[in-house]
Amino acid sequence: MAVYKQQELRKPPISQVGIVRWLRVNLFSSKVNVGLTFAALYMLYILIPPLLNWMIFDANFNFGEFSIFGFEFGEVMATNTNCGRSAACWPFIYEKFDMFVYGFYPRDLIWRVDIVFAMAASLFVIVRLARNYQHKNKVLLAMIIAFPVVSFYLIAGGSFGLEEVKTHQWGGLMLTLVIASVGIIISFPIGVLLALGRQSNLRVISFFSTIYIEFIRAVPLITILFMASFVLPLFFTGGVDFDKLLRALVAITLFQAAYFAEVVRGGLQAIPTGQYEAADAIGLNYVQKNALIILPQALKISIPNLVGSSISLFKDTTLVLIIGLMDMLAMVNMTANDINWLGRETEGFVFVTITMWIFLYSMSRYSKKLEVRFSTDHKN
Amino acid sequence: MTTENNKSNIIEISDLNKWYGEFQALKNINLNIKEGEIIVVCGPSGSGKSTLIRCVNFLEKFQEGEIIVNGTQLTDDAAKIRSIRSEVSMVFQHFNLFPHLSIIDNLTLAPIWVHNETKSEAREKALKLLDRVGIKDQAEKYPNQLSGGQQQRVAIARSLCTSPKIMLFDEPTSALDPEMISEVLDVMVELAKEGITMICVTHEMGFARKVAQRIIFMDEGQIIEENDPETFFHHPESDRLKLFLDQILTH
Repeated sequence: MAVYKQQELRKPPISQVGIVRWLRVNLFSSKVNVGLTFAALYMLYILIPPLLNWMIFDANFNFGEFSIFGFEFGEVMATNTNCGRSAACWPFIYEKFDMFVYGFYPRDLIWRVDIVFAMAASLFVIVRLARNYQHKNKVLLAMIIAFPVVSFYLIAGGSFGLEEVKTHQWGGLMLTLVIASVGIIISFPIGVLLALGRQSNLRVISFFSTIYIEFIRAVPLITILFMASFVLPLFFTGGVDFDKLLRALVAITLFQAAYFAEVVRGGLQAIPTGQYEAADAIGLNYVQKNALIILPQALKISIPNLVGSSISLFKDTTLVLIIGLMDMLAMVNMTANDINWLGRETEGFVFVTITMWIFLYSMSRYSKKLEVRFSTDHKN
Repeated sequence: MTTENNKSNIIEISDLNKWYGEFQALKNINLNIKEGEIIVVCGPSGSGKSTLIRCVNFLEKFQEGEIIVNGTQLTDDAAKIRSIRSEVSMVFQHFNLFPHLSIIDNLTLAPIWVHNETKSEAREKALKLLDRVGIKDQAEKYPNQLSGGQQQRVAIARSLCTSPKIMLFDEPTSALDPEMISEVLDVMVELAKEGITMICVTHEMGFARKVAQRIIFMDEGQIIEENDPETFFHHPESDRLKLFLDQILTH
């Protein structure tokens, strides 16, 4: 028998950390991996240099003359012909920038859209600043309710002295953002209710929720958009004419709600029955139980999938171009049909790709941050 | 040990039968519990003891028989069930704290939302209770940051927050490491001195001997024997109980 002294903690051995170990473990761990690593490097070698040449080194950045503090810079803006065909012609994007962002929105009114953009950006700042404020939930709620109302009024106009801008004039990135955000924000509560409905003990509610979800999920978005755009008006022959954009928004919202419902249901199923029992045992009613105990936990687990589903929807909004709405992607063909800029679709697609990527990657990063913030495990 | 004076019975269970599908989990349970009485329910696993106390706050539905808690008969009526649950607290084997809420929020939830107390009075009371179970300094932490024993003490404090008349304990120490069991039992022994009606399903025979006024032994869904601790441990009548005591007391 013996008694041992308690030992001090040590750092792990050097061979277990650092870049050399990372390389060996991740890239060169076996013969197959060595082969794959070199194959990947070769692919990058044949793809990246030409891409950079096209986009940057050989590309034309002649945006025309401009002056800073009286000093003149640049030369006359490049045209389609003196740009050349072998590399990107960015002056095209520069000249058509407003088309990509605002579509056919009247040029003298685009300040209204800019205000909405600025408000959206400041929303994120305010949320950050208000994090430690005592009444932050009230502030957030007020903003969540006020922002869409004010935004709609600014963009659509038509009352209180603002000139009306019909929805067929909306377009570009603005329209993409309107469709995506309306689709995501409005379908979310509907999706939560559908998920709770499907899980409900009341057979009728559960039955109809399930039917709805399974029906919508079995139909492609494009079909639903077509239905909303071309088939529905046939039923309203009596001169009732819904706005085309509104019809698309309703279709997308109903579509997305079914997907959110399934994501949330996944989260609900991950909650242990003990949580339901504890909530029941302390006397909470159904609404309190779900709002205070179950949903906060279920939604937290669902964040990655909710954002993933939102990202899919954001990308799917480009489908609206087939029912004649001029979103950002539709602007590519629109602007490249300009007689002065014929054949510049590639630049347009690359620009739209980069813009989309910025928005979607930001969403993905934001979801990561939310996960960390809401985590209450001891490891964080 | 039935009592003639029905008025002091806070729980009356009569002819209770319960099935899970085809399987009969409870057989003809008759049990009256007086106000302030401390009852320990024990028996081998699968004997229906948890099911029995979960029927008392209607976490389990039953098919036959009736249960009257504090003068109210248990039926499917949701409002009635909630009113009973606000007087009957339960402590679970796996604590079932709400992991997304801090300790203090776990405690104040029911007082604020079910009993309409103000935030500050609920908080004040919660801190007092946390102090009593010895974890006042952990009030702002989250459940997963606490040890099992601490979590169970929080769970006990949470169930005390609504000033219940009856406390149900469903194997409160079974999920704990051995060195944490005593800290939870100490809290329960303290509680037992205060006159709350307690029904404890537990295998802690030391605890049973110390605080129980009546011990109920169940097997295969029925009550086999009930007695005061002295008789229960030293002069068991049924063979099944003798065997059970043999098995758990020899180690």
